[in-house]
Amino acid sequence: MKRASLVLTLAFAAGLATPAAHAQTLKTVTDRGMVSCGVSQGLPGFSSPDDKGNWTGLDVDICRAVAAAIFNDPSKVKFVPLSAKDRFTALQSGEIDVLSRNTTWTLSRDTSLGANFTGVTYYDGQGFLVKKSLKVNSALELNSASVCVQTGTTTEQNLADYFKSNSMKYEVIAFASADETVKAYESGRCDVFTSDVSQLYAERLKLANPADHAVLPEVISKEPLGPMVRHGDDQWFDLVKWVLFAMINAEELGVTQKNVDDMAKSDKPELKRVFGTDGNLGEQLGVTKDWVVRIVKAVGNYGEAFDRNVGAGSKLGIARGLNQLWNKGGIQYAPPIR
Amino acid sequence: MSTESRPPPPQFVAKLRRALGGRAGWGGFAFQILFVAVLIWIGYEIVVNTRSNLQAQRITSGFGFLGNTAGFDVSQNLIPYSGSDTYTRVFFVGLLNTLLVALIGIFFATLIGFMVALGRLSPNWLLSRISGGYVELIRNLPLLFQILFWYLAVLAALPNPRQGIALFGSFFLSNRGLVIPRPVAEPGLEPFAIALLVAVVAALLLRGYARRQLFEQGRLIRIWPIVLGLLVGLPLVTSLVFGAPVMFEIPQLKGFNFAGGSRVIPEFVALLLALSLYTAAFIAEIVRAGIQSVHKGQMEAGASLGLSRGSTLRLIVVPQALRVILPPLTNQYLNLTKNSSLAVAIGYPDLVSVFAGTTLSQTGQAIEIIGITMGVYLLISLVTSAIMSFYGWRLSRSLGNT
Repeated sequence: MKRASLVLTLAFAAGLATPAAHAQTLKTVTDRGMVSCGVSQGLPGFSSPDDKGNWTGLDVDICRAVAAAIFNDPSKVKFVPLSAKDRFTALQSGEIDVLSRNTTWTLSRDTSLGANFTGVTYYDGQGFLVKKSLKVNSALELNSASVCVQTGTTTEQNLADYFKSNSMKYEVIAFASADETVKAYESGRCDVFTSDVSQLYAERLKLANPADHAVLPEVISKEPLGPMVRHGDDQWFDLVKWVLFAMINAEELGVTQKNVDDMAKSDKPELKRVFGTDGNLGEQLGVTKDWVVRIVKAVGNYGEAFDRNVGAGSKLGIARGLNQLWNKGGIQYAPPIR
Repeated sequence: MSTESRPPPPQFVAKLRRALGGRAGWGGFAFQILFVAVLIWIGYEIVVNTRSNLQAQRITSGFGFLGNTAGFDVSQNLIPYSGSDTYTRVFFVGLLNTLLVALIGIFFATLIGFMVALGRLSPNWLLSRISGGYVELIRNLPLLFQILFWYLAVLAALPNPRQGIALFGSFFLSNRGLVIPRPVAEPGLEPFAIALLVAVVAALLLRGYARRQLFEQGRLIRIWPIVLGLLVGLPLVTSLVFGAPVMFEIPQLKGFNFAGGSRVIPEFVALLLALSLYTAAFIAEIVRAGIQSVHKGQMEAGASLGLSRGSTLRLIVVPQALRVILPPLTNQYLNLTKNSSLAVAIGYPDLVSVFAGTTLSQTGQAIEIIGITMGVYLLISLVTSAIMSFYGWRLSRSLGNT
């Protein structure tokens, strides 16, 4: 892993030393025939490879949707697994075109990394996983605990803030990868494993006895997760941003993977605009008119992707909660396609 | 016929020409200038291009981040540190952690290495086989694997703090590490320290006197009982008069963990064990080769003078072997220091982990941070080399510079 990060850093330095050619990501991607997509090293529900090496997950589906919009083929994605601390370097160096790796949107990341967040794919928050045998019912009972955390995350700073503002003491042990962190937690080195709540549910599945561990009720931070692209290429930024908006709009309009072909024949002006039978909205983004049809056929609407990967239809079984549509009690909302 | 003494040819210009241009003369010199100029130009282009590209992509650059608040905590800090300190402080915390494990690691690796080498050369069959087996086993397994072995297989198997193993009621061993009583200074500390200092100085003077007596008069004086009496007796008497120098704060189980006392974290122990044992295997081979490079006549000469095997080794063979041992030994010290960056795998907060890891991903300033980190490792290595070269120089001088 250390070598990988060194290689990335060198590639980064080399990339910066040569004149910038970042302005035409869409053209580069089209010429290459592949979208290069940075994902996690294996986080069930968001991005993890199955036993045949196929990547699945909510973050993965965003990349597949981008590929579908460009190539009409969701398999034209090259997935690059990245640790939390290598991810931004990979994006900056041009190694990947999109970073879709459960990354929290913060002001400093948005401004200082030379990259932009394109939207929020999952509204998350940080929580704590503990062994039930400790009989802890609240995070406020964690004074003097040892806490395992993955390094290079917002989690590390939220943790320090939370314990400090509640004047509790703790010991932090930070590991480079999620696997090492969970292993240390499981071996008893720490009392608590802290991360985004969705990740806690996902990692709990990997433990020997998931039922022996509980997620505490406190959610101590806002963690809006979303994809990132490089600064300086607004066309690509717009495309990735609107792919997510298209999925959310599709859910709102009731367009699903199954009925998309029927609905595409609809006469409703709103649907005609979305499906490209009227106007050229897709072409304005640099792709074809039927881009929404392609996306929904490939990965479904946002709700379908959510259910399949992290929601009721998955092993994680996480409730929609904040990620429900705005008109159904959640806060997922997309600007209109018009 | 008288021979006129010709003036010597103008040496200076010729010498300068050779020094600057080698065999190719002034032409060669011109090429060298050109080469250096091209190198400088390439370097300049890299810096300028990087800067303008960083600006074009609006990636923050520069070293201003060093003054920003870090906002995260570190499990082991030798200097006071909290989340509200700056990244500069984080850098020093990480650096000290790296130096701590490297220095203690070098000490133990050298100690174990020498013992194993002597064991391997020993006439005792069992001892030499065990030492040989140790070297072959340890040096042929990857270091990262050994670190993970100590961390996940050995130390993680220890019980949790509530069932921790208690030694003498004040040392506690658990999977949170070893908790030991912490000495707290008492009023008696000052006289105690002075007494100890006086005892050490007196012992050194006594040793000098004994050596002079031995070399000049041929009289052998047994000084160790007096030295022992001085070192133990004097401080003991002072602490009886002025009171105990320190009190020990006994750790107690409170909540999840022990409160009070000092703690050695398991990450440190695992890393130290793996680094010292691994490097010791290489040092053992270097020492063995060094000792075997000394002619065996030296050993026989020692024996015929009536010296014991130990004395012959210590006084005659090892000083000569050291000249051979020193350069590769320095390499091993450098390797150990650099290998300590594998700490990141088990969460030991060394320089690479907290600075080139956490700080890098929080600030995103890869170029600056990797640059600083590389510079620091380079500096540590150069200082180590310099110290070892100095030691080698002193050694060769004392051996008559042969």
